[in-house]
Amino acid sequence: MKNGMKKSLAGLSAALCLIAGASAAKADVNLNGAGATFPYPIYSKWFAEYNKMHPEIRINYQSIGSGGGVKQFTEKTVDFGASDAPLSDYELGLVKDPSTHIPTVLGAVVLSYNLPEAGSDLKLTGPVIADIFLGNVTKWNDPKIAAVNPGKTLPDTAIVVAHRSDGSGTTYVFTDYLSKVSHTWKGKVGTGKSVSWPAGLGGKGNEGVTGLIKQTPGSIGYIELGYALQNKLPYASVQNKAGAFVMPSIESVSAAAAGVKMPEDYRVSITDPDGKDAYPISAFTYLLVYKKQADGAKGKALVDFLKWAINDGEKLASALYYSPLPDSVAAKVNQTISQISVAP
Amino acid sequence: MKGDRIFEGSTRFFAILLILIVGAISFLLFKESLPAMRKFGWQFPFSSVWDPVAEDFGAWPFIYGTVVSSVLALLIAVPLSFGVAIFLSELAPPYLRTPVAFITELLAAVPSIIYGLWGLFFLVPWLRNSVEPFLIKYFGFLPFFKGPPYGIGMLAAGMILSIMIIPIISSISREVLQAVPNHQREAALALGATRWETTRMAVLRFGKTGLLGAVFLGLGRALGETMAVTMLIGNRPEVSLSLLAPGHTMASVIANEFTEASGEIYLSSLMGIGLTLFALTLAVNSGARFLVWKVGGKAGRE
Repeated sequence: MKNGMKKSLAGLSAALCLIAGASAAKADVNLNGAGATFPYPIYSKWFAEYNKMHPEIRINYQSIGSGGGVKQFTEKTVDFGASDAPLSDYELGLVKDPSTHIPTVLGAVVLSYNLPEAGSDLKLTGPVIADIFLGNVTKWNDPKIAAVNPGKTLPDTAIVVAHRSDGSGTTYVFTDYLSKVSHTWKGKVGTGKSVSWPAGLGGKGNEGVTGLIKQTPGSIGYIELGYALQNKLPYASVQNKAGAFVMPSIESVSAAAAGVKMPEDYRVSITDPDGKDAYPISAFTYLLVYKKQADGAKGKALVDFLKWAINDGEKLASALYYSPLPDSVAAKVNQTISQISVAP
Repeated sequence: MKGDRIFEGSTRFFAILLILIVGAISFLLFKESLPAMRKFGWQFPFSSVWDPVAEDFGAWPFIYGTVVSSVLALLIAVPLSFGVAIFLSELAPPYLRTPVAFITELLAAVPSIIYGLWGLFFLVPWLRNSVEPFLIKYFGFLPFFKGPPYGIGMLAAGMILSIMIIPIISSISREVLQAVPNHQREAALALGATRWETTRMAVLRFGKTGLLGAVFLGLGRALGETMAVTMLIGNRPEVSLSLLAPGHTMASVIANEFTEASGEIYLSSLMGIGLTLFALTLAVNSGARFLVWKVGGKAGRE
């Protein structure tokens, strides 16, 4: 009896050795990443598609939020990070090893509203949006809104402002825009992933704000383009720097990115850009990678994936309401990726 | 003999482990909140500013929101729960007793996000379109019912919390009442007391401390509830007397802002709020345990 058990144990361990040996021969590579929730749909699509072509490479991504992603990237507990807002100089200083931002796709922040009387072609300007979110404009029939919507009769309904209650890249982009177009906003509130809101109700996540807008007559809030489209909420066209009223769309966001002068480290804000076709409230989202890859197999897999994502993966973006990188930026990013050094 | 020693040793180990875990949690919360305490000092719990851009933080709106929403929940839930408990233990015919008790306890098992969704899609429109306009029209002179009827706000949060704590309070109260010895009731009845007098003088008076314990356990849940409250309270760090105005709670602000909080002081302030909430719920729950223990019997060991 005892002997038999020993034999079967020996057999079992031999089998285990075989399995381990087999997988080592196939050289499975597991890449781990963490960060922003906003690009999660496109990233998970990319990882799944890439895994179909290269079954030995598995990329795990935890969409725990940019803050957590940056923290884990700084502590080197992940192979790559992801963030909606570019890292500040202070945050970048905490990252010990040289690293780089890789812009992947662009997203637009739109102003959705619940006011059937306004139809689906409400127009807003930067200063008016700032006044609404500062709580200075409190009625829909305010002369400031009427002035940019000639021919529209808006009702005497109270404006209910809806904003994000959780920290988010979306809030960062939106407040970054407002700080550029309104001195009062810059002085009183400022730019950040969460800010001290002068007015309104807070909802958790894009879905929370979407829910608030749907539920509350007279409300206006900022959400990502995809959420407005999926929930069939109307959204406003916004006046850009050139004076044109532009609807947010895949194209008008790419136009905003194409007009910007791109610095070497990609840390750039593209809100309130030049160009008459550019939608003014949009931003890049980034992957964070180390410039020197110490693990050869992992490093090679990561670089190959990035190349594929920037050149082929971009084509999958618009179906998920993200704007692909404009060609000028993609060319530059390709160059940056090829400069990542991988240990042999 | 040897088996006994192993048994005793291992159970003792687990018991001590539990105490160590509680200690470790408080130590970590304390340690992590030190930078905020150092920067803001005693102002931290009393300051109403919450400005992540300027890195200026105070916990008062969150403490206020947590306490007010929980007290509001108790005001609604306690009379209802006691009614349910008294009916089930004193009045209900046996064929009704088991199913009703079962369903009340089932309510406790509903995940809080379901309550939140129900609140957002049913309770909030109802409050906004019917209840709040009524309150503003007839009671608008009171400071508690001022402002526009958003639907979302302190009142919605308090109401959803009350629904969530009714099963806890009512099922524990029922057990407390059932633990009241029958000779208490018989003695009162023998003296010619009516059913209501029996319940009031013999049963409720006897179970007083246990009932208080049930209330405190409900309060403990209300204080720490996060998801449903976040969906309904409006998440606005502002202290307003009006129940129609949006508010914020300690649990909500941590759930909302922790993931994206960057900067030492910001994180540390959130930890400070966590420490405050931990201390508050710990105090409330130990109070409750103590009271329930004092009653002893079946309910005491729940």
